[in-house]
Amino acid sequence: MSQQASMRWIGARVPKLDAPWKASGEVRYLPDFVVGGMLHGKIRRSDRVHARVKSIDTSAAKKVPGVHVVLTAKDVENVAFGHGKDNTPFKGDVVRCIRDELAAVAADTEEAAEEACRLIRVEYEDLPALFDPRAALERGAPVIYPEWPDNKPFTYRYAHGDVKKAAAESAHVVEDEFDLTWVSHCCMGTSAIIAAFDTGGRLTLNSLTQVPFLYRRDMAAIVGMKPEDIRVIQPTIGGAFGSKLDIYPFEPIAVHLARAARRPVRIVFSRQEEFLASPTRQPAIIKLKSGCDARGRFTFRDAYVLLDNGGHTSWGATIPFVMMQTFSSLYRVPHVRFLTDVAYTNNPYSGSFRGYGNLQATFAIEQHVDRLAEKTGLDPLKMRLLNAQEPGEETGQGLKFVSCGLRDCLDSAAKRSRYEEKRAAKKGESGRRVKRGLGMASMLHVGGGAKIYRSDGCGSVLSIDDFGKVTLVTGSTDIGQGSETVLAQIVAEVLGVHLDRVKVVNSDTDVKPWDVGVHASRTSYVAGNSAMMAATQAREKLLKAAAEQHRLPVEELSLADNAVMHTPKSGVAKKLEPIDRLVRSLHFSDRAELLITQAYFEPGSVKQDKEFRGNVSPTYAFGTHVVEVEVELDTGLVKVLGVWAAHDVGKVLNALGIEGQIEGGVVMGLGYALTEQLKIERGKVLNPAFRDYHLLTAPEVPPIDCDYIETEDPTGPFGAKGVGEAPAICVAAAIANAVYDATGVRFTALPLTPERVLDGLIAAGVTKDVGAR
Amino acid sequence: MQPQVEIRFTLNHRVVTAAVPPTMALLELVRDRFQLTGAKLGCGEGECGACALLMDGEPVLGCLTPAVDADGREVLTAEGLCGAKGLSPLQQAFVNEGAVQCGYCTPGMEIAAEAVLLEHPTPTVEEIRRGLEGNLCRCTGYVAIVEAVQAAAGGGR
Repeated sequence: MSQQASMRWIGARVPKLDAPWKASGEVRYLPDFVVGGMLHGKIRRSDRVHARVKSIDTSAAKKVPGVHVVLTAKDVENVAFGHGKDNTPFKGDVVRCIRDELAAVAADTEEAAEEACRLIRVEYEDLPALFDPRAALERGAPVIYPEWPDNKPFTYRYAHGDVKKAAAESAHVVEDEFDLTWVSHCCMGTSAIIAAFDTGGRLTLNSLTQVPFLYRRDMAAIVGMKPEDIRVIQPTIGGAFGSKLDIYPFEPIAVHLARAARRPVRIVFSRQEEFLASPTRQPAIIKLKSGCDARGRFTFRDAYVLLDNGGHTSWGATIPFVMMQTFSSLYRVPHVRFLTDVAYTNNPYSGSFRGYGNLQATFAIEQHVDRLAEKTGLDPLKMRLLNAQEPGEETGQGLKFVSCGLRDCLDSAAKRSRYEEKRAAKKGESGRRVKRGLGMASMLHVGGGAKIYRSDGCGSVLSIDDFGKVTLVTGSTDIGQGSETVLAQIVAEVLGVHLDRVKVVNSDTDVKPWDVGVHASRTSYVAGNSAMMAATQAREKLLKAAAEQHRLPVEELSLADNAVMHTPKSGVAKKLEPIDRLVRSLHFSDRAELLITQAYFEPGSVKQDKEFRGNVSPTYAFGTHVVEVEVELDTGLVKVLGVWAAHDVGKVLNALGIEGQIEGGVVMGLGYALTEQLKIERGKVLNPAFRDYHLLTAPEVPPIDCDYIETEDPTGPFGAKGVGEAPAICVAAAIANAVYDATGVRFTALPLTPERVLDGLIAAGVTKDVGAR
Repeated sequence: MQPQVEIRFTLNHRVVTAAVPPTMALLELVRDRFQLTGAKLGCGEGECGACALLMDGEPVLGCLTPAVDADGREVLTAEGLCGAKGLSPLQQAFVNEGAVQCGYCTPGMEIAAEAVLLEHPTPTVEEIRRGLEGNLCRCTGYVAIVEAVQAAAGGGR
């Protein structure tokens, strides 16, 4: 794709187009608007983690004043859905986790619906329950689904090379078990939906989904409709981060309630419900063995991963797709084996969450890089540089790195943090009870989608009206990350118009063309390329029309300042005609033509084969973080003093937007590393409230410094690649490496709370146990 | 039917009256009766700050403050920060500095920021960060929000 020499919009600090409406308080989110005649829906969930449902008595609930309908599994055709086809809107016979939906009420007020839910009487017969995925795979373990007597619905096997041989020939080998727990997305806006049928039977959903077209198809199957009879409108979303990538039971329940009540129904989760019944980040147990030769070159990696699937399957079960890429391809490793088992338990289930398994994988891998570096006698920075991927590399898994800025990321993060100087200086401070340490970690992630469906494309329709206003109708979705603004910048740049002339329409499946959805850091790349194609066609049409009308060679024409410019062979550019006048001359003439173009961009990636080989994304994002920490040996408190990040972003499209993505992602990674944990014991969530779930607050955020490595990927729009997920991925690994550097103690589980760190320091003999706790 | 209490207060520079049950939260009153939906119900427990409102220049949590407490007071929501010409300098700084992503926390965050600036017209970074401590944001990592408050303090006030 052609690039212009000097760019007005690409790379600029452009405030988000929707920010003024959000800053004014005017924007209405789903809980802020009402549909005429709307009822309020509430869900009655299970009180047990694994039980046979003997009876559900809804008679008292139905008598509550204001209640319109009460539904249970008996009242609807309860169609199975989800990646494992093991979830249903209502659970009729058996409940398998604490969030399971037993009944739902639609009433005039939320209070009446809540009261009715409380009055529903359920009789259970408890069944033996499983809470540990290791126990679930043991012989004779209770069976959660009769169809899966081994409790193992999914396995993933990937390998390249000969791990056994490589292990035997390695100079250094390290082995650890890492244990990653549940965390919650904590979107500030909770899960919500409004379902409304019109009199013709057509369904309109005001939904927060990130994947409107797949959602429409899935929803149609669940509620027994044709997809074309469902319109999905996506109002402003109060955060997503992956949590809205799947369809969850409350959504078809809202449709069932609306259908039964013949009234629109809105469901909005309370915060407690959000913690209990929205997906989490997938927990993982990772047994990893890694080796290198005497010079420090990686020889092999052998990973066994066990995932706790919970009681039903959502996207959490599929994170091995992403994890294995990091195991196989973050560095050059000639021999890799990766095996994953996914085990049913009676815990809540996990979905997709920014990074999609990569935070877990990177936590393990990047600590092993440091451990092998120590064994080899190399500095961790040198170890990484020695093994780093380079542009042009095709990895054992078949990932093709057309552009790759990993080395530059390592150099930049190290240089700006004064990594080598600080690592050397710190040696002299023995005896202090507060220790400083520096750690680094790198990451690899898809940077332009992942071809897991038949198409990973995005459609665009672009029009320029008689007044020169450009409207881009894109299939993609803005979940708050600012994709709408980036797409407008791309269009403005290509068409030489001011950004205020560009409107992006992206929130209605009745209007917009198909797109897979927001995931796999694909929107800037895929929707960006699609918008660029449509804009480029419009530019060509405008220039061709101007050339014909003014009898000038098209090569001498260009677009800038909302006008067609003419640059004679010898001479300066001058304004030939404003774009709006040119559009009108096409419209109100014998040509009778409107300026409308359309494009469908399909990235040059492939669907992987059964052995998970193939170039699943057209481009990949790389990054390195260095963190400096202070650890109080007597309390276990880890204080982060600074984060120096470097990210290969291809090309900065919006300097302001990318800062927000990096800073937000880093802080999300810091929360994962230090404070966040959804505590689940015997299947029950113990801390479903912000006061007990520690999200980082403004005073706790350390200085974050980021450098953007612009590798200008030849396939990206203006060279860009996706960076939405990247900044969260390697934070925890860098922190763990820094804590080790400070204390000499390795931590293989998260979060690194004072309690966990102090226990580790005491166990290692660094801190004396005074028995005060 | 609960007993109703007649209250009279200033809401975003206009005098209003309402009959409210004593158990009603101020957040519910401004959202449901006056359709000022900028303030959000983020948790209902005073932990996230999305419902923050200014009452006589002091930040309060709309979800925990009884509506009757507003009687005789001056209540301001994010919508009320806007002037005749549109966004206030603080709100414009939120836009310009990238302090708004999904935007759900933004109205409450602006109220907390406004309270900081009322107390410290030229705040230090630490004063800003402490002032925003009760407001959660999952998108931005707070960096741009702190910068926006700094920018607003530096100019336009």
